Amino acid sequence: MSDSSSHILSVRDLKMHFPIRGGVMMKQIAAVKAVDGVNFHIEKGETLGLVGESGCGKSTLGKALVRLLDPTAGSIHFNQHDITHMSQSQLRPLRQDFQMVFQDPAESLDSRMAVGELVAEPLIIQKLGKRPERQAKVAEMLRRVGLPANAIQKFPFEFSGGQRQRIGIARALTVNPDLLVLDEPVSALDVSVLSQVMNLLLELQREFGMSYLFIAHDLAVVKHMSDRIAVMYLGKIVELAPADEIYQNPRHAYTKALLSAIPEPDPTASKNRVILEGDVPSPIDPPEGCAFGHRVGHPKYQESIGKDLPFEEIAPGHWVQKCPCCVD
Amino acid sequence: MSSLLEINGLVTSFETDSGWVRAVDGISYSIEAGKTVGLVGESGCGKTVSAMSIIDLLPKPSGHVLEGEILFKGEDLRKVTNERMRQVRGGEIGTIFQEPMAALNPVHRIGRQITETLKLHEGMSGRQATAKAVELLDAVGIPAPEKRVSAYPHELSGGMRQRVMIAIALACEPDLLIADEPTTALDVTVQAQILELIESMQEKLGMAVLMITHDLGVIAQNCDEVVVMYAGRIVERGPVKELFANPHHAYTRGLLSSIPRLDAERKSELTTIPGQVAGIQDFVAGCRFCQRMDRDRSVLLRTRPDYCEISPGHWVEACPECFQPEASSVS
Repeated sequence: MSDSSSHILSVRDLKMHFPIRGGVMMKQIAAVKAVDGVNFHIEKGETLGLVGESGCGKSTLGKALVRLLDPTAGSIHFNQHDITHMSQSQLRPLRQDFQMVFQDPAESLDSRMAVGELVAEPLIIQKLGKRPERQAKVAEMLRRVGLPANAIQKFPFEFSGGQRQRIGIARALTVNPDLLVLDEPVSALDVSVLSQVMNLLLELQREFGMSYLFIAHDLAVVKHMSDRIAVMYLGKIVELAPADEIYQNPRHAYTKALLSAIPEPDPTASKNRVILEGDVPSPIDPPEGCAFGHRVGHPKYQESIGKDLPFEEIAPGHWVQKCPCCVD
Repeated sequence: MSSLLEINGLVTSFETDSGWVRAVDGISYSIEAGKTVGLVGESGCGKTVSAMSIIDLLPKPSGHVLEGEILFKGEDLRKVTNERMRQVRGGEIGTIFQEPMAALNPVHRIGRQITETLKLHEGMSGRQATAKAVELLDAVGIPAPEKRVSAYPHELSGGMRQRVMIAIALACEPDLLIADEPTTALDVTVQAQILELIESMQEKLGMAVLMITHDLGVIAQNCDEVVVMYAGRIVERGPVKELFANPHHAYTRGLLSSIPRLDAERKSELTTIPGQVAGIQDFVAGCRFCQRMDRDRSVLLRTRPDYCEISPGHWVEACPECFQPEASSVS
């Protein structure tokens, strides 16, 4: 790919398998191949969107990238450091540069900690600043994400969903990270609050020059936030391209189906939905060959069995998993 | 009395520790036979409560319908006996809930949950009901239905569970289907499948649908009429094309312009509606959207605005600040 010095994160052949054990000896009898060989990078200051249906491995990938999970194979380089197999103590000093915001702020914030403590916690862990400096930083962060100053003494339950997500964002931002992994940050929010939080994320990126990995299942939201978009299906990235390109010129059949399924908020728009049959197959026993061709029962599916399905650059910056059935 | 369902001045309240709160505060709308009406608004605006009031499924003992009429085929459902209500519920009015895992009983096989309805409402024998259940599962697109009747809910995916919910709701061929956020918990691809299924069943059975959602895309693509609720009241309602082309209430306009669209410029600033919905205890008597916008003209907050019909069937709450006919002509 391009010059790697501009990459904040690069991922090579990353696999995240979860063993399934059984029998008397608890031997591994199978594995859930949640992430099964993905390659991509994120440039400094850019937003990479990651979309796909539930169960395709988006969140697992996000968690593996910030090393909340130990990858099975492959490598993750963050700012030129190989963090794939670092121990948690080695990782700790690096963690201030990559932070994560979770989907459901009601679950990811400790309900017994006051907002001030929650937002200050990353600073304490990173041993940054003395108490008065930390307090100043917390106050600044809360103001920056649009929360009232008296929020410091309040508890998460006293806030609405949108405000709680702001707390989650403030908490991730206190240590001035370079990369923010946002796992469905707006999925739990109402329409009018969603646009407020999206605007906030865009503003913060402009101000601090952070990179985002933006994981979501709402394609309109992802398109709005992202510079490039990766489409994931059953543990693999099937297409990756600049955001406008992927919407105007999708090449993989799965991307096309996903795009056509979005209901347009316009009653005069025509309905040309490709209705996909069935669900995402199980990652425990994925079909041989092209998993999507198998789902839709593509006539050329048989041709993909036993073939290597390479991830190829078909136009500048436009990568696609080549297979006989899903890509023309 | 041509409408299938006519709701007039419905008020639903909950008894709380701090007194009575009005979750639904005087709403009126109607549904014609065979049509789809979309009920849209943010969470906590009273969408679900207003729908559950129709079939008397409010949380008891705190929830009560205090005022208004609910005319279903000319019969006021507020005045019927419990026995009659049980006939209506599940028989003439079917319901699909948002989270199928919470609505299905986890310890019973799905076949039993479908046949239960058939035995109760249609007086079928066990064998007849089971045969019908297989037929229904087949109709909602579940593969190998004769095997799946004996599956438990946890053995099915989210989309499949929602299909089972639809099979139960449609078992007695209802005249009205209440679909409470039927696709919110599902992926876009599965959402498209489920919406398509509801639409085709609607055509087949000629039933009306009350579709509760916060997704304006679903409203635009699937509904004939739309009712926009804000803080327990209807701020605007009308035919879907008319309302999307010509929104008159500031809240409707705000909602429509704040959704990210595929054709918008990437990373541009989105229009937002400032603030948030007031807590239910703090609702003012007057215009509640003015309350959110911090308009401090006390007269706006004290008197409830009237409705005005600006074109056939298009009604808007005519608050002097929020009624914005001229701004709409810009877009």
